[in-house]
Amino acid sequence: MREITYAESVREAMSQVMRADEDVFILGEDIGIYGGAFGVTNGMLDEFGPERVRTTPISEAAITGCAIGAAMTGMRPILELQFSDFITIATDQIVNQAAKLRYMYGGKASVPVVIRTPAGSGAGLAAQHSQSLEAWMAHIPGLKVIQPSTPSDAKGLLKAAIEDNNPVMFYEHKLLYGMKGDVAEDSYTIPIGVADVKKEGTDLTVVATSIMVHKTLEAAEELGKENIHIEVIDPRTLVPLDEETIIKSVLKTRRALVVTEAVKRGGYGAEIASMIGESEAFDFLDAPVSRLGGVDTPMPYNPTLEKMAVPQVGDIVQKVREMLNRA
Amino acid sequence: MTGKKTKGSQDITPEKKVEMLEQMIVIRHFEQKVEQMFMQGKIHGTMHLCTGQEATAVGAIGALEAKDKITSTHRGHGHCIAKGSDIGRMLAELLAKETGYCKGKGGSMHIADLDLGNLGANGIVAGGHPLATGAALTSKMKKLGYVVICFFGDGASNEGSFHESLNLAAVWDLPVIFFCENNEYAMSGPIKEMINIEHISQRASSYGMPGVTINGSDVLEVYEATKEAAERARSGQGPTLIEAKTYRFKGHSRADARKYRTREEEKEWITKKDPIALFKKSLIDEGVLSEEKAQAIEDQVQSFVEKAQGFAENSPEPSPESLQEDVYA
Ligand SMILES: Cc1ncc(C[n+]2csc(CCOP(=O)(O)OP(=O)(O)O)c2C)c(N)n1
Ligand SMILES: [Mg+2]
Repeated sequence: MREITYAESVREAMSQVMRADEDVFILGEDIGIYGGAFGVTNGMLDEFGPERVRTTPISEAAITGCAIGAAMTGMRPILELQFSDFITIATDQIVNQAAKLRYMYGGKASVPVVIRTPAGSGAGLAAQHSQSLEAWMAHIPGLKVIQPSTPSDAKGLLKAAIEDNNPVMFYEHKLLYGMKGDVAEDSYTIPIGVADVKKEGTDLTVVATSIMVHKTLEAAEELGKENIHIEVIDPRTLVPLDEETIIKSVLKTRRALVVTEAVKRGGYGAEIASMIGESEAFDFLDAPVSRLGGVDTPMPYNPTLEKMAVPQVGDIVQKVREMLNRA
Repeated sequence: MTGKKTKGSQDITPEKKVEMLEQMIVIRHFEQKVEQMFMQGKIHGTMHLCTGQEATAVGAIGALEAKDKITSTHRGHGHCIAKGSDIGRMLAELLAKETGYCKGKGGSMHIADLDLGNLGANGIVAGGHPLATGAALTSKMKKLGYVVICFFGDGASNEGSFHESLNLAAVWDLPVIFFCENNEYAMSGPIKEMINIEHISQRASSYGMPGVTINGSDVLEVYEATKEAAERARSGQGPTLIEAKTYRFKGHSRADARKYRTREEEKEWITKKDPIALFKKSLIDEGVLSEEKAQAIEDQVQSFVEKAQGFAENSPEPSPESLQEDVYA
């Protein structure tokens, strides 16, 4: 194995599939010579040419719908939506079209499209370029939603997403693009709907998504020094959600905390928390299931305020101590 | 479709011309300062400089009355300055300070100065079109007599909201001017490959409004075209689409290797169509300005920008409590 970045592993997954399958192509704003806003598609134009690496006009509604229409008719497009905030413009095509076509038509169509898009704060890009809106898409029956946190998960899950015959939302995190990790060189898949236990522990289960997985792992180190051993679970896919792995862990630890970057109110953390509360783990809980999430404000530009707006390592440490009555 | 040559801008006094030049120089120096501070790591996030596009901001806004309004874009520093904003408070915003126009919460992409009729820069491409249309609706319904300029780039003309807004403004005869700063590129996308017509102004005909293409490096031509559109709008004759051909001298944003265009092409624009150099020369040729006076303006602007930097750097950070302020009215 060798180490590559999260961005490189996303690119590698796409390139390997494109070499093997003529029907797979990518489209999006500035993905050609510019390599995409975050450099994810760097060099792909040179390898695959402008027919299969299609730089589009700034027309999110049209390019999203176009990818969906192409998917319905035999292609397997991967759309890069430059920032996940711009999904607001593409939403009709995703929610009213892609997600529902198969069902409405009585099982007659399939829409094998992947929409890759960077989310999250931390880059000083303020309110319109920093949101985590994945809960919106997770709310819509007919869509699958993936949120990988490591380079190797990104690669395997993206391949699975491309091979899936349903519309898949693939949320990347802009602060993770530069993160390095071991990634196998061959083309492999990680099944959609399987959580990963990122760290085993006995005292409390933290279910964390995307960049919060890393913040939680840092918190786990600190807590370890206090002899508190948390288990860290990354669901990796929000829809479908691997309920079994989460419940099994909570049955063992008897405490659960859910950590997301997205605004806490109405976020997907609420879904995970209530799923735990409704499960057989309820009778074994030693503390209420708790959540940490973004503050209920648009994302501020000021870097100090921006950090305050989303959970940090210290917040997770503090919350875990409280839940264990060790504050 | 191409704008007729202007009649020599009879109604602009020599003082106004010099003032316009001065504003253009302020914008140029401001952007230089921003770039420098960005390189020094004093400004975080991103920035989109309008260096090279000073004539569109100054010419268009110069043709407005004080009560008129604008909506701006991610490349909005020039619009802001031309509308009369304080560059100290602008820089303070870029430094995320409490004294900034948005109390440090907006940054470069969101500077707004509502008191001066600047309804704000926008991080969403073509996000301003519907807002400008709405502001024009207010003007019409309340009979306020103001006109709105909606600034946007060539790339924005491919968004649905551009097309929907032009149609709406046209059918309701709203007092709005859709002002396209066509700098030939949308990030890396050459406009020639992104639209299948020669001029963006041709799109006006689909919506039944006049459309003109003008030289965006000529501040007086910009002024004249906007003046005409503003008069139409103010007299109830509805919107106009103006396309001003211009060029951004710098990259799209903070990190841009500019692989999508050649250094020769850049040089051509920078040496031959620099709106400031052209205007300065014409004012000197006209006898409105002397070399000495021009130099004095440069020096004044320099110290004006330094002062703004001092104000911004010495301003306080926003308080932690402010995180949750201003979410609701
Ligand atoms: C809806 C939306 N799509 C994409 C972007 C990313 N983006 C920001 S500026 C830009 C290019 C805009 O080009 P143009 O309208 O020509 O303005 P210019 O930058 O040339 O001034 C892009 C693609 C965005 N901010 N909003
Ligand atoms: Mg442009």
